[in-house]
Amino acid sequence: MQSLRAGASAAEGAVHGILLAFPIALFTTALITDIAYLRTAQVQWTNFSSWLIAGALVGGGAVLAWSLIRLLFAWRTPARRVRMVYAAVVAVMWVLGLINAFKHSQDAWTSVGAFGVTLSLICTLLALAAGVIAFSGRLDREVIR
Amino acid sequence: MIRSITCAVAVLALAACGRSDPGLDQTGPEPDLPGVRQTLLPPMKIAKPIGWGDALPTVPTGYTVTAMATDLQIPRQMLVLPNGDILVAEGRGGGAPALRPKDVIAGVIKKQGNTKVASGNRITLLRDADNDGRPEVRSVFIDNLNAPYGLAFVEGYLYVAEQDALVRFPYQPGQTRITAAAEEVTKLPSQINHHWTKSLAASADGQTLYVGIGSNSNIGERGLALEEERAVVWAIDRTTGARRTVARGIRNPTALAIEPTTSALWAVVNERDEIGPQLVPDYLTSVREGGFYGWPYSYWGQNIDPRVRPQKPELVAAAIRPDYALGSHVAALGLSFARDGGFGGAFSEGAFVGQHGSWNRQDISGYRVVWVPFANGRPSGKPVDFVTGFLTDQGQARGRPVGVVFDPARRILLVADDLSNTVWRIAPRAAAAPRPAP
Repeated sequence: MQSLRAGASAAEGAVHGILLAFPIALFTTALITDIAYLRTAQVQWTNFSSWLIAGALVGGGAVLAWSLIRLLFAWRTPARRVRMVYAAVVAVMWVLGLINAFKHSQDAWTSVGAFGVTLSLICTLLALAAGVIAFSGRLDREVIR
Repeated sequence: MIRSITCAVAVLALAACGRSDPGLDQTGPEPDLPGVRQTLLPPMKIAKPIGWGDALPTVPTGYTVTAMATDLQIPRQMLVLPNGDILVAEGRGGGAPALRPKDVIAGVIKKQGNTKVASGNRITLLRDADNDGRPEVRSVFIDNLNAPYGLAFVEGYLYVAEQDALVRFPYQPGQTRITAAAEEVTKLPSQINHHWTKSLAASADGQTLYVGIGSNSNIGERGLALEEERAVVWAIDRTTGARRTVARGIRNPTALAIEPTTSALWAVVNERDEIGPQLVPDYLTSVREGGFYGWPYSYWGQNIDPRVRPQKPELVAAAIRPDYALGSHVAALGLSFARDGGFGGAFSEGAFVGQHGSWNRQDISGYRVVWVPFANGRPSGKPVDFVTGFLTDQGQARGRPVGVVFDPARRILLVADDLSNTVWRIAPRAAAAPRPAP
């Protein structure tokens, strides 16, 4: 992190990290509450899932915007490739999460079902993958190199 | 605008927009039922309210329609007292808390189709002794009620079904205002109160008061524990207040009435949403003692609703098929039988049904008052439009009909309109001339 904009990047990185924490934590928890609903048919669990997914989409939406902007800035640099992968992972996570939010807006058992819990699982895995890419420092390392 | 947004998002979410198949016949005793169609977004179309302006509802040839009262505060159900005075229950109840993001969003959208007037929580009296359609007296009959809806009059008492209790008031003939305190007959289920309206009818002998209590959710999505003594019809002994449950699984019985030739109890019932634009038909049915009408486990007999777990096959096996389908999502809220020969001719024996109108389909249904002909105390033919014009050709809403009441003494039909806050009076042309009070 020896670039001239190291200070700005540090603040920016912190904000990005906080925002990314939302889809990582909330999609993961929604997967757990989905499973709890399918095991118990207690509607409280699917209500939790609905709000968790909504929260993941808010944080995830900001991360998606950030990743696209960073991709544009790195378009002519070696970092383009990793940032493209990162933006793609976040974008797929967010779109599937949106579909899952609609799925969870259906009533009672259908609000989760096999499709809902599958989407929750995929969103969780994609959020974790985004976390691996971002928190391993790869997004910036290739710029510096 | 809302429609285009809904469609755009629906396409985005790979959901079909809720077009219906015009080839399906969804009225009468054997409605065509398509398969369950669940979409990621429910089709929502709310008719934009524009008011009546100079327009009037459309009535059959040979009838006149006039606004008998305007500027009401959400008129719902009505009652004609023995002396001919007309009571109008005004108000809105409910207020179930939003539990999911969906509840917040759907609440905002549905609100677009309703009046902006605040709940009246009162009963207004209209006296039109000369029957010219212009009341000589209009007064606030009873004030400070809690979302009054069902009304009945038996032996000197006015019974009012508020959203949380059945109460009664002593009444002297000719009174235009009651200030006496309400006497509670019995409490009614009111926790959450998703479907808050409590419909009311007195048995032919006046000894039993029937109260319709709607479900606490669309399909149990608030948890089935909240559905105890919901989606039921109660029979309440008028003198003791003791109650028993005469029918269950009857999702939202929004109006009750006694069929005059058989003295049987009939109800109009609003069925479930969000399994397709043509599921499930709302219905008109005789209320059978001990009957289970399917909600939430099944609809129209043994058709399983996939959204309810755990299933109850033994209950589903016993589920009754209702007598007569009115169409899907029409939101039947009013029911009144013609008596003493009705309007004569084709409108002699049968029921008027007020249909508030749909939200859960792209091609709007309801928004009219229909006539269901009866013979020997049973429906005998297809529903016929009786009052229309609530929608413009562009699909905007001038009004939304709720309660209907046929007054055999004056041979008039009254229709409460809770969007324009009007009571409409429909009469045969010949009867429009003034005549002495009955």
